[in-house]
Amino acid sequence: MIVRISNEGQFELDESDHARLNELDDTVVAAVDAGDEDGFHAGYEELLHFVRTEGRELGADDLLPSDFILPPPDLSFVEAGEEFTGDGLIPEPEPAA
Amino acid sequence: MAGGMGGRFSTVIKSKISRMLDRAEDPGETLDYSYQRQLESLQNVKKGIADVVTAKKRLQMQSQKLEQSVVKLDTQARQALSAGNEDLARIALERKNVAQTELQSLDQQVTELEGQQEKLTDSEQKLRTKIESFRTKKEVIKAQYSAAEAQVRIGEAATGVGEQMADVGLAMQRATDKTEQMRARADAVSELEAAGTFDDLTALGPGQDDIDRQLSELSSTSQVDDELSRMKAELGSGQGGAESKQLGEGGAA
Repeated sequence: MIVRISNEGQFELDESDHARLNELDDTVVAAVDAGDEDGFHAGYEELLHFVRTEGRELGADDLLPSDFILPPPDLSFVEAGEEFTGDGLIPEPEPAA
Repeated sequence: MAGGMGGRFSTVIKSKISRMLDRAEDPGETLDYSYQRQLESLQNVKKGIADVVTAKKRLQMQSQKLEQSVVKLDTQARQALSAGNEDLARIALERKNVAQTELQSLDQQVTELEGQQEKLTDSEQKLRTKIESFRTKKEVIKAQYSAAEAQVRIGEAATGVGEQMADVGLAMQRATDKTEQMRARADAVSELEAAGTFDDLTALGPGQDDIDRQLSELSSTSQVDDELSRMKAELGSGQGGAESKQLGEGGAA
């Protein structure tokens, strides 16, 4: 699964990371919904950290499309309100068939 | 992964890519057309970056001018105080205070803009690399695949480039928004400059009373008071008899 951090790069993560990614995403949505700015920054930073450390960065010459696109790391709280709503950016993983 | 991409950023990216793919009819032609469009986009990105750099340079020049004003006004405050003109010293310090506040705000915004410019340049570099990669891949696709297969592979390759293009677009948007905000701020500073706010105080002319009234509202009184006392103490320590009187005044102010 490929995740792009906007204005930073693309990272390839293991399918098994999807659940954790979804959890982190939900935490960010909850913080935004609660109007908790500090919580949003901490949560989004954790989400980005997970992608950067668990993922392998793709080369710039790679032409693979991303499965998920995260907003830029310097996203403001106001901008976040437009992005992190409902299911967030990463939906629940589909149940294994 | 159904519905895997949410949010405004990814929606914009998806619609751009699907528009690009909708044009696909003859694979060879589509490939060349896509590549031409990619090169055009790259040109636009370069122009956009140049605009951001120009805006930043203008602000840096303004920042340098303000720095000079701060130094000049500080010197004038000292001179006025040495000459026993405390009112003039206070005016100079009020102006210095305003100039310093503007300077800090400008410098902070220039730093933020620099960060965004860096990301923009980085994203542009990646786009350039992806376009080059696309160019290589397009020749392979043209030479090796049937029309139907080529269609699929074009889709994949074009999506990769399209996504990077959208990423550059986003970086550009953010840098441009920042320069717009800064322009508003810079215009406000220019107005102060045009009103003679940071001018040489020895050239005080008619209409200055009004400026000073506005300035004393803008600048922080406690900061000006503190600085005036500090300056008095500094000057006083080298002036023997004048010391006790000046320090006494500072305490009462």
